Amino acid sequence: MARAVTNRRKTIATAAAWTIGFLIFFPILWTVLTSFKSEADAIASPPKFLFFDWTLENYATVQERSNYFRHFWNSVVISVGSTLIGLAIAIPAAWAMAFVPGKRTKDVLMWMLSTKMLPPVGVLVPIYLIFRDTGLLDTRTGLVIVLTLINLPIIVWMLYTYFKEIPADILEAARMDGASLRSEILYVLTPMAVPGIASTLLLNIILAWNEAFWTLNLTAAKAAPLTAFIASYSSPEGLFYAKLSAASTMAIAPILIMGWFSQKQLVRGLTFGAVK
Amino acid sequence: MSTTMRALLGATALCMASGMALAETLTIATVNNGDMIRMQGLTEDFTAKHPDIQLEWVTLEENVLRQRVTTDIATKGGQYDVMTIGTYEVPIWGKQGWLVSLNDLPAEYDVDDLLPAIRGGLTVDGNLYAAPFYGESSMVMYRTDLMEKAGLTMPEAPTWDFIKQAAIAMTDKAGEVYGICLRGKAGWGENMAFLTATANSFGAKWFDMDWKPQFDSEPWANTLNFYLDLMAQAGPPGASNNGFNENLALFQQGKCGMWIDATVAASFVTGADSTVADKVGFALAPDNGLGKRGNWLWAWSLAIPAGSQKTDAAKAFVAWATSKEYLALVAEKEGWPNVPPGTRTSLYENPEYQKVPFAKMTLDSINSADPTHPTVDEVPYVGVQFVAIPEFQGIATAVGQQFSAALAGQTSAADALAAAQALTTREMTKAGYIK
Repeated sequence: MARAVTNRRKTIATAAAWTIGFLIFFPILWTVLTSFKSEADAIASPPKFLFFDWTLENYATVQERSNYFRHFWNSVVISVGSTLIGLAIAIPAAWAMAFVPGKRTKDVLMWMLSTKMLPPVGVLVPIYLIFRDTGLLDTRTGLVIVLTLINLPIIVWMLYTYFKEIPADILEAARMDGASLRSEILYVLTPMAVPGIASTLLLNIILAWNEAFWTLNLTAAKAAPLTAFIASYSSPEGLFYAKLSAASTMAIAPILIMGWFSQKQLVRGLTFGAVK
Repeated sequence: MSTTMRALLGATALCMASGMALAETLTIATVNNGDMIRMQGLTEDFTAKHPDIQLEWVTLEENVLRQRVTTDIATKGGQYDVMTIGTYEVPIWGKQGWLVSLNDLPAEYDVDDLLPAIRGGLTVDGNLYAAPFYGESSMVMYRTDLMEKAGLTMPEAPTWDFIKQAAIAMTDKAGEVYGICLRGKAGWGENMAFLTATANSFGAKWFDMDWKPQFDSEPWANTLNFYLDLMAQAGPPGASNNGFNENLALFQQGKCGMWIDATVAASFVTGADSTVADKVGFALAPDNGLGKRGNWLWAWSLAIPAGSQKTDAAKAFVAWATSKEYLALVAEKEGWPNVPPGTRTSLYENPEYQKVPFAKMTLDSINSADPTHPTVDEVPYVGVQFVAIPEFQGIATAVGQQFSAALAGQTSAADALAAAQALTTREMTKAGYIK
């Protein structure tokens, strides 16, 4: 009897998980399907789900009109660059806060988080003026700097949480064995926190990849990443939903594939320390 | 390698290097619409004539572009050499000294050929600050078959009363055919573009000569009540979410009897994606016999920001893209219906273009709008479907939210107007217009 209940529960839980997963994934699926429709089929009412004339025309048009690879490369440089610099700064910072907390550590952490509470548009003009005067407008370097600074609080917070789970005794033992501070962080702490660091890395690459306010406002032609590529296909006067969907699919495909392959690390990292 | 070969190679390298050094790159910010995309495809003609100028395009969605170029021009960021801006920005930016005057375009450009209404909207204190790339007004697009079935004939210049009568007669809610589709989505360029232009034909205005808001006046109450009643009787469900694209989709699927919107829609509803392409007629936007029609005036235009270091090259590009020769080039490559409309008198005198079904109605609609005298009474502002002051975007979007809520049935017309009056008075006082 108990086994029957367990099985039924398991079935219900599995069905619920699949339903929720499908609901979350549906907008992406719909975008991908629309990208293979003609513009007329894209707005058909009732909507056509699978039975329509599949076409690659939208991808051909997008490819012909835009320089996809330039935008793609800009996205890669900006998201990976800002995340790696962010990690290089955040690992020592999170180590200090987790293992050598001071009187004001909690306040510093809260202050860092509070910087995320300001709407970005509030500082657009000052940052734009600084970028103009330093020649950083429409450069990848400028965007790497801005995205590093924006995502730094999240990186520090995530790493701090992971580091807190690591017993301080192990680090102390390493110190007693004569490890320097550098060796302690590099050879003892980092390997133990690899799942946490990996998930932080992946999550921040995704955040930086999808960031659309600064990447649109601080770029023009040269450094524009895939967010600007998508924005160039949106139009309030004219039905270009199929082309917009093709552009969106091309923009999200790399990060979706990366997420798919690294989902194990992501889940492991995000649930790190959740069960004791 | 012989000495001659070496000398030749050296000379070639030098020529290439000097050519590269001389080449100027223009960065052009533009919107994503059919005419602009077509232009990007035809720029070889320009670069062949100007081999020393290279073009770099930044195409963005309209609202993103507006935010982007406004930030850049206000801070003199200098990211763009040519900007695509509308008739709303030109008077404001021209007055601020943010744009380069285009009074010195060459004689063969024939500036007098520009349509007077469009040129007037782009001129500040006698200076032309932008060259129109395409112009549009609004008009009635209707289903000829449904009109015939209703036993009615659409006049060339209908009244609002006729529109209401026809809309009710054409409606078949069970068959999902709605007599009229109008904008309902909140936004200064969405429902407020339509409602402000409509209000002009009802004798309403945004402000009196002392900049006092007029939403508490009878003409505004008449405008809003008429619109809400018309939409309740003959409009599609969920109309408060409908903008240009949503109504275009409904019309193309045969679900609208009439649609009053931008003249640029004419080429879409008669195009290949439309299921009713051969059953569409056109008429002027309606009036109420007060001397003003409910149509707007807009032109996407090319302007040069004052911060650009490449003014001469930018002027050469602007002159090319808005010239008579460019219109002829589009006609040759893509056919007359695809020529950017609404900018030049000579286009409408061309017998080939006169064969395009919506050509005459587009010209008549543009000519019947006057941005310098948009309303029945005298007003202190210019702009037909907008008020050319920087505060308008924010205020009109907030007012648009009130009117959209009234259309959705969340508030009454009287409450929406009272809220609009209060918020507009507050903002105009804060901005210093009302002492």
